Amino acid sequence: MLLREVGYARPASLGEALETLAADDGARALAGGQTLVNVMKMRAGSPDVLVDLADLQELKGIELGADGTLDIGAMTTYTELIESSEARARPILGEVCAQIADVQVRNRGTVGGNACTNDPTNHLPPVFAALGAEFVVRGQGGERVVPAADFFLGVYMTAAAQDELLTRIRVPAGRRDGFAAVTLGVDGTCIVSAAAALNGGVSLAIGCVDAVPVRLEPESTDPEAVREAVRAAKLDPPSDVHASSDYRRHLAEVLAVRAVQQAEGRS
Amino acid sequence: MAAAEVANERAITVTVNGTRFERRVEARKLLIHFLRDDLDLTGSHVGCDTGNCGACSVIVDGTLLKSCMLLAVQADGASIETVEGLADGEELSKLQQAFNDHHALQCGYCTPGMLMSATALLRKNAHPSEEEIRKALQGNICRCTGYWNIFEAVKAAAE
Repeated sequence: MLLREVGYARPASLGEALETLAADDGARALAGGQTLVNVMKMRAGSPDVLVDLADLQELKGIELGADGTLDIGAMTTYTELIESSEARARPILGEVCAQIADVQVRNRGTVGGNACTNDPTNHLPPVFAALGAEFVVRGQGGERVVPAADFFLGVYMTAAAQDELLTRIRVPAGRRDGFAAVTLGVDGTCIVSAAAALNGGVSLAIGCVDAVPVRLEPESTDPEAVREAVRAAKLDPPSDVHASSDYRRHLAEVLAVRAVQQAEGRS
Repeated sequence: MAAAEVANERAITVTVNGTRFERRVEARKLLIHFLRDDLDLTGSHVGCDTGNCGACSVIVDGTLLKSCMLLAVQADGASIETVEGLADGEELSKLQQAFNDHHALQCGYCTPGMLMSATALLRKNAHPSEEEIRKALQGNICRCTGYWNIFEAVKAAAE
């Protein structure tokens, strides 16, 4: 398929990339391209300039801090995360990445791209929300650290503005996490997803039921308490060809319980 | 700090199946079209053009990917392997021979992608489990639904 004509830049440094984005408000960051290239084929988006992040070392690598915090470069591919020994410090991350699409997509798609696209059906936004991740955002004016609660702003919208870049994702230490989803086929797009983290309190995030992950804090891990927390959120999810609003509401309760139970089963 | 150079067209150098090519390409050109239209390597197929079917799968710098979801300019400097590079002259690779022996193709349209996915699997994991074979071929659709024989062929090649 022929894409609309587009400019392409391949900056060698983060500074150069930010300058290139700021120079044209029609410029967009190109990470793994597993969403953006298809969006361009469908003409759902037509950037004037693609700024390829492939050579930016600042956006690569996974580091495990002394306090157990994982510092994940935004350009880390799903496969790199799945195979990373450091990332095993928070096993849920690799487990969820292994459920995204297929080998080819996992080899190219990036965790930063998944977060920044913030498609409501994406796997990682609810996971990052439940785990309490922090997002390091760089602009020409400097760097800021945005908590997950403030990062996801709307459908396809995050706190990283057009002339900024998500550079790193910081995930605090913890192991008692769970994830459950009903998908379109094995490893397919989520119809509803739920992520839970039990590392002091119960942190729950539901995906696909609103523009951004819905963050909840049930009083306990008791299934009825979890269901009550989901009901109290008065979710109003969209209906589409895959599921009615009522069915999504039903799934949100069931999957929240499953995610919490999975997290409870871990030491 | 200056902005990076922006251009609608770029000169790229790629090595495909061991042969080096230098070409000017439009930034909007997908790698699959570069391989097929500019280099006349028509072994890789366009099945769906939406990133779903895997018929365009190739190996770029050792990584299996779908060449309809990568721009040719992104592959600048890369070493690319396509289905044309699997056989040694007339001699089929062990995997290709297994596809022949197990009747692992019907219409053959998905075969180039299946072969590349299975090649990538066997390089990484010489003795995959049945589950690992299935998972490795998940990104490749066979609309003849001839999955069973494809699975058998990969299993045989791994033994």
